[in-house]
Amino acid sequence: MNTNPQSFGYAQDGSTIRNPQSFEPVLTRNIHRPDSEKIATYLAHGGYAAVKLALTKTADELIDMVKRSGLRGRGGAGFPAGVKWGFIPKDAAQKFVAVNTDEGEPGTFKDREIVERDPHQVIEGVIIAAYAVGASRAYVYIRGEFFLGVKRWIKAIADAYEHGFLGENILGTGFNLDMSVHRGAGAYICGEETAMLESLEGKRGNPRLKPPYPAQIGLFGLPTLVHNIETLACIPHIILRGPEWFAGIGTAESRGPKIFSVSGHVNRPGNYELPLGITLREIIYEHSGGIRGGRELKAVIPGGASTPMLTADQIDVPMAYETLKAAGSELGTGAIVVLDETTCMVETARRLTKFFAHETCGRCTPCRIGSQRLYETLDRIERGQGTMDDIDRALELADGIDGITFCPMGAMLVNPARSAINHFRAEFEYHIQNKRCSVKI
Amino acid sequence: MTVNLTINGQKIQAETGQTVLQAARAVGIHIPVLCEHPALPPDGACRICLVEIEKQRGLQPACTFPATEGLVISTHSPRVMDSRKFTLELLISDHPLDCMTCEATGDCTLQDLAYEYGVKDSRYQGKQHNYPLDASNPFIQVERNKCILCRRCVRACSHINGVEAISVFYRGFNAYIGFGADGRMQDSSCEFCGSCVAVCPTGALWPKMSIGKGRPWQVEKVDTICSYCGVGCKLSLHIRDNQIIRVEGANGPANHGWTCVKGRFGYDYVHHPDRVLTPRVRRYLLEGVKKPENRESRIENSKGGTNLDSLVSNFWDWVETDWDTALNIVAEKLRTKRDTHGPDSIGVLTSAKCTNEENYLMNKFARQVIGTNNIDHCARL
Repeated sequence: MNTNPQSFGYAQDGSTIRNPQSFEPVLTRNIHRPDSEKIATYLAHGGYAAVKLALTKTADELIDMVKRSGLRGRGGAGFPAGVKWGFIPKDAAQKFVAVNTDEGEPGTFKDREIVERDPHQVIEGVIIAAYAVGASRAYVYIRGEFFLGVKRWIKAIADAYEHGFLGENILGTGFNLDMSVHRGAGAYICGEETAMLESLEGKRGNPRLKPPYPAQIGLFGLPTLVHNIETLACIPHIILRGPEWFAGIGTAESRGPKIFSVSGHVNRPGNYELPLGITLREIIYEHSGGIRGGRELKAVIPGGASTPMLTADQIDVPMAYETLKAAGSELGTGAIVVLDETTCMVETARRLTKFFAHETCGRCTPCRIGSQRLYETLDRIERGQGTMDDIDRALELADGIDGITFCPMGAMLVNPARSAINHFRAEFEYHIQNKRCSVKI
Repeated sequence: MTVNLTINGQKIQAETGQTVLQAARAVGIHIPVLCEHPALPPDGACRICLVEIEKQRGLQPACTFPATEGLVISTHSPRVMDSRKFTLELLISDHPLDCMTCEATGDCTLQDLAYEYGVKDSRYQGKQHNYPLDASNPFIQVERNKCILCRRCVRACSHINGVEAISVFYRGFNAYIGFGADGRMQDSSCEFCGSCVAVCPTGALWPKMSIGKGRPWQVEKVDTICSYCGVGCKLSLHIRDNQIIRVEGANGPANHGWTCVKGRFGYDYVHHPDRVLTPRVRRYLLEGVKKPENRESRIENSKGGTNLDSLVSNFWDWVETDWDTALNIVAEKLRTKRDTHGPDSIGVLTSAKCTNEENYLMNKFARQVIGTNNIDHCARL
């Protein structure tokens, strides 16, 4: 294990992380401690206090607290968490919580960090969420490649059982909750909540038709609350510090702290827990130490590979759901991929589209064949075999696929190509006309 | 309960629980479909039936979108037409387009849609699949290059026949339909009911016995009842030049358009030269002579005679005759046996191929005519 937090972007003393409004990291507060994944460490630093407090409240009080906190899902879609909790029917005999740890969005590595270094924080969130919606069983779906994460989840769950935080009659309140870990087998689409449920049921990981939403008919046909683990990690802090504290961080529509995974051509890539609403410029130039080798910034993918990229002159945009939408992108998972001037945008678009063409489940026509054709078109341009028509053909494909696919993946997979062409069309034309790259490396 | 919706400006009513497609169909509004099949649960995979619904962000599939109060739908708006053409162009960009020799020509939903939307070729050329033709089993030829992954066969196999022999393997552009654990059809749990062939909208799954035998418009379709068992499936025989070239299930009360391997593929006996078309009796019975010794005992008795063939009496020969003669002989023999050895020396075994009425008559025959309770049915064996 790499015990040097510096290499992961965490400052040992917190001095290099500047927090506007005297922001204090909470989700990552334990991560740099030695043996942070162990229950003893977690308990020594106030762990499971939120569960003890939450179990004294009623379910409605908890749902109301989460609603008032303004917490929105951190898995990419940004759906208000409290509203989702409210959708779970009260009268169902059995309900489930499904924990989405299938972190597959290229550029995102926040969930892995939480799972490997502070799994108890999430378990605590799961217990509170399960209690609030009346679920008696929690399933963790974890990306199969997270070997260490799987090990630590399993250990953490065993320890939580031992300390009476899981199992029957939790802390003498009569509330029961069982939790188990299930490994994925390497499909990006299984990060989509309904595909994840299919996979959990032992089926092929194809997205389901919505509606019905998982809140009505989820895992094994029962109401299921599906959350990303960063969302769940926020819950204990909302309970302990109050929804007003949480809502006090961030912007009008984007509340609370967020872990930003910064990667690409920066001096200090890593996970940075910062308040929502912080500008992209501040994250890149202050927290991540600026562009590698003092080069010029060219473009930024602000929320994971499936979000449209922004150009260097757009980086004063605050990292929040509404502001990024206005800027023509999405907050997504908050995975910031920084591209400097040495990056060929044609190759960037080609490579990212290749990923999506490889990961589409193949259920619906536009995503299955469209993604392949889009990749082929970009590949032709990249190899200097494209024609000027290919640029428009790529845009036509992107616009054609967008909005007609079975699940949101179709709309997402066109983003790298479409935004790259829209922002850097000249580079594509240069590739076609000169059969080489305009970027001087 | 009914809900009110507007489709293409026409105000219509639909039952709660219906989809937009079902509601439109009920009043005769045409929405093209490809992966949808009325007998199968909707899948929403092909994206051909997309329609524009007011206050909905993207286009919505009519086959899955529930008909709810106040929907304003347009089924052929410019946006919808563009999207259908786009999807068709993608589909045919990975399709052989060998319609001239394709078995399914004239009976192909993809072809019909391409015609309807004027999609001649695709602007999006690229890699095409080149799967080998799988003709390894006697009934169903699998030509994956023509597959559009509508999953009708997958759903028919699991929802109609309950066998689940067919599923999708791999993902994305490389996804394909496979059998069992991705092996040959005959090595899977497949029962060759052919329901997958019946629902396939293209020529990807085709009855092997019908290949090269005729186009859909060259055949005369004759409805009949399957003679294999008492279920009584209604079948549609496709006849060309007085020969059955294909059998499909027809919509009868007993089978609703589905049938089994025997009904669908077991028709080659009809024109088979060995088929017995008239009653036959042994010559000795016809001529009223004593039952000759059988071949084995004659050989035994002749003690190493010269010509074995000449040793076999022609009284053993089968002789074609008419029903009256044959039945008279049977009746006479039954009567003699009953009178000599008593009615319980006779047993009657009836067949599942017979109808209820026929089995009832056999029961009457055994108990009242012969006078025995020795009656049984092959389904109990």
